Amino acid sequence: MELDPLMLSRIQFAFVVSFHAIFPVFTIGLASYIAVLEGLAFKTKNPVWEKLSGFWTKVFAVVFGMGVVSGIVMSFQFGTNWSNFSQATANFLGPVLSYEVITAFFLEAAFLGVLLFGRNKVPPGVHLFAAIMVATGTFISSFWILAANSWMHTPAGIELRDGVFHVVSWSQALFNPSFPYRFAHMALASFLTGGFVVAGVSAWYLLRGREVEANRKALSMCLWLLLFIAPAQLVVGDFHGLNTLEHQPMKVAAMEGNWETSRNVPLLLFAIPDQANQTNHFEIGIPSLASFVLTHEWDGEVPGLNEVAVEEQPPVAIVFWSFRVMVGLGMLMILFALAGLFLRVKGRYFQNRWFLQGLRFMSITPFIAVLAGWFVTEVGRSPWLVYGMMTQAESVTPSLTGAMALFTLIGYVVVYGLVFSAGVYYLMRVLYVGLEDNDEEYDHEDDRPARPLSAAHVPFEIEPGKDAVNHAKPINQGGH
Amino acid sequence: MELFDLALIWAFIIGFGVIMYVLMDGFDLGVGILFPFAPSEQDRDTMMNSVAPVWDGNETWLVLGGAGLLAAFPMVYSIILPALYIGVFLLLAGLIFRGVAFEFRFKARSSRYLWNWSFAGGSTVAAFAQGAVVGAYIQGFETANGVYVGGALDWLTPFTVLTGLGMLAGYALLGSTWLIMKTEGRLQEWAYRLTTPLLAAVLVIFGIISVWTPFVDDMVRERWFSNLTVIWILPALTLLCAFQIWRSVRNRFEGMPFVATMGLFITTYLGLIVSRWPYVVPPNYTLWDASSAYESQLFLLLGLLFVIPIVLAYTAWTYWVFRGKVRAGEGYH
Repeated sequence: MELDPLMLSRIQFAFVVSFHAIFPVFTIGLASYIAVLEGLAFKTKNPVWEKLSGFWTKVFAVVFGMGVVSGIVMSFQFGTNWSNFSQATANFLGPVLSYEVITAFFLEAAFLGVLLFGRNKVPPGVHLFAAIMVATGTFISSFWILAANSWMHTPAGIELRDGVFHVVSWSQALFNPSFPYRFAHMALASFLTGGFVVAGVSAWYLLRGREVEANRKALSMCLWLLLFIAPAQLVVGDFHGLNTLEHQPMKVAAMEGNWETSRNVPLLLFAIPDQANQTNHFEIGIPSLASFVLTHEWDGEVPGLNEVAVEEQPPVAIVFWSFRVMVGLGMLMILFALAGLFLRVKGRYFQNRWFLQGLRFMSITPFIAVLAGWFVTEVGRSPWLVYGMMTQAESVTPSLTGAMALFTLIGYVVVYGLVFSAGVYYLMRVLYVGLEDNDEEYDHEDDRPARPLSAAHVPFEIEPGKDAVNHAKPINQGGH
Repeated sequence: MELFDLALIWAFIIGFGVIMYVLMDGFDLGVGILFPFAPSEQDRDTMMNSVAPVWDGNETWLVLGGAGLLAAFPMVYSIILPALYIGVFLLLAGLIFRGVAFEFRFKARSSRYLWNWSFAGGSTVAAFAQGAVVGAYIQGFETANGVYVGGALDWLTPFTVLTGLGMLAGYALLGSTWLIMKTEGRLQEWAYRLTTPLLAAVLVIFGIISVWTPFVDDMVRERWFSNLTVIWILPALTLLCAFQIWRSVRNRFEGMPFVATMGLFITTYLGLIVSRWPYVVPPNYTLWDASSAYESQLFLLLGLLFVIPIVLAYTAWTYWVFRGKVRAGEGYH
């Protein structure tokens, strides 16, 4: 079998970017949560808020560190595997991505250090300010990244001269048509991720009877937040979908599994798309609902994949199923948010073990939903890389051979596998040690902002006798 | 409308970023290269402590350089990265392994030896890969219509292996002279003893490279040998620096060996630049050919002019905070 450098490069990019994305999507939400906790601590002087903030800042530090390491690889992927794309789009993407680096640097140098290490060194007001600036900084960072990504979906403000994009309007290019929707959708996704992780971890501590007061407060806060943003995400997602229908109809057709442009299109709950025969098998759908959702009329016309040649269609099955995974998990999140309200009214959500166990497992779902969502939007753009202007095949590095691409793909899988297992394992250790960890014995003077992991003083290995204090029912934490 | 030659300004910025990176990440990579040969585990702790507070800031220059290259000289970015495809992967993998080793080694007990290997191996691979990049740059790249058309391993030649080894020796020298400056007692004595043979290795390899380079490329030969020019002052200064390293180690000076080693790197770097100027993708493209659009270079320059002084001030502050000798059992946890 011939190794296809294009397909291998796509898989490689999907792998490294997926691996990278799970870290920032969590830290963006968590940074805002920490800023809120710091605000509460500042206002009420209740030590519980400070304790929660201190703990989650440590978690933030570890996850942020892993995000930075995986991000370095991203900045070289464009050159190694997509050199024609880099050459063509550098006039816009170069400055935009550089500004992201500059933002990240400022975030680290100026404010992250104060947030991580300055609690006892600067006045409380300054510490709060640093927390707010870190939260703001994560949003500015994602502004640049999402502006770049959205521009590839809905290019604007540029002119194509001799195969190279030239910027004619920076504001139009940055604030391109899909940007506001993508940014709102992603911001809510970050909040959902932060909310469900904090809720899940708090629920786990509550199940084990650890730091009950603080974790109840944390859980209660999260459930209020989720009650509003989980349904809000559904609405924003709908708007984003309508924007996609306007600019990238074939992506929507793939999401709906709709092969032929028609009216009264059903909303498919299940189907096995068959691209070779341009049809679906085993369809189960709700009549006319897709037409209604997309056009707000029961007999509205929905574009079908037959509007373009077969080779210009995106891979339908991936888009179709990723979309269902994302929406399904979103619905599950709304269900949990509502269940939280129901149990709260009855005054027993801290006692309901089923609910707490459920939340524990829900903490992984936002990550899956976010990756599924990115799969929908990125795979759904195929075969275009810059929509309607530059295809993936035109973008790939011309000198790249299949063997080279395979070599580095395996290499990245191995390196990430080793490094991030260590990172995730260490994160689990931080969670396991929990809020009770007292690190006053450490000398903080060498802790450094750009080395965020130095904020967590949890030893790498489990130390018998020291660590398992007051953990009523230790469960297996993997590896030991 | 085009008031300034922005391409020239950008060439200066990127050139400055590269030498900052080489000097600063160079000594902490060098410490990593020397790591397995240290007299004892306690000395390894001290060695790592001497670079732990600063190494991350050092790598900021690499990221800034990579992103800046895409923005200002996209052709360099989109030709050299594909040409060095496998080498870039090795460099990144090396940097990742040594980066996480800093974090986890201090937190580890029984698994510490693994992080020792991760640190030393990662540093060595990254240093070699960087040297090979320099060699590949001297060799030049096979291009057509602004696109790399050579093979996957064209960069791997006896010449680039030699430049890779040269970089290993050079960084090790930076590392050993850094340790002379930052440590004392047995570890410092070990570093003193190491420095002279490392210097000899650097001089031999750099010497072979210097003799070889004009044969690798006609343009370089032309530039150096067509008539006796002022640029011969650079190799003369390099030799002067080498002599200064040798003399200051003999006299057991503490700061001078490191300063002189930096001088050796700077003069060699300038020598490399004058060999190739103004070609940024030799042998075909100059820095003006490789530039991005004027408005794009300007858009980013505005932000960068603001940020570079802050990066420099922040860097200086960090080094000031962690000045002085690192002692065993002190410092980083």
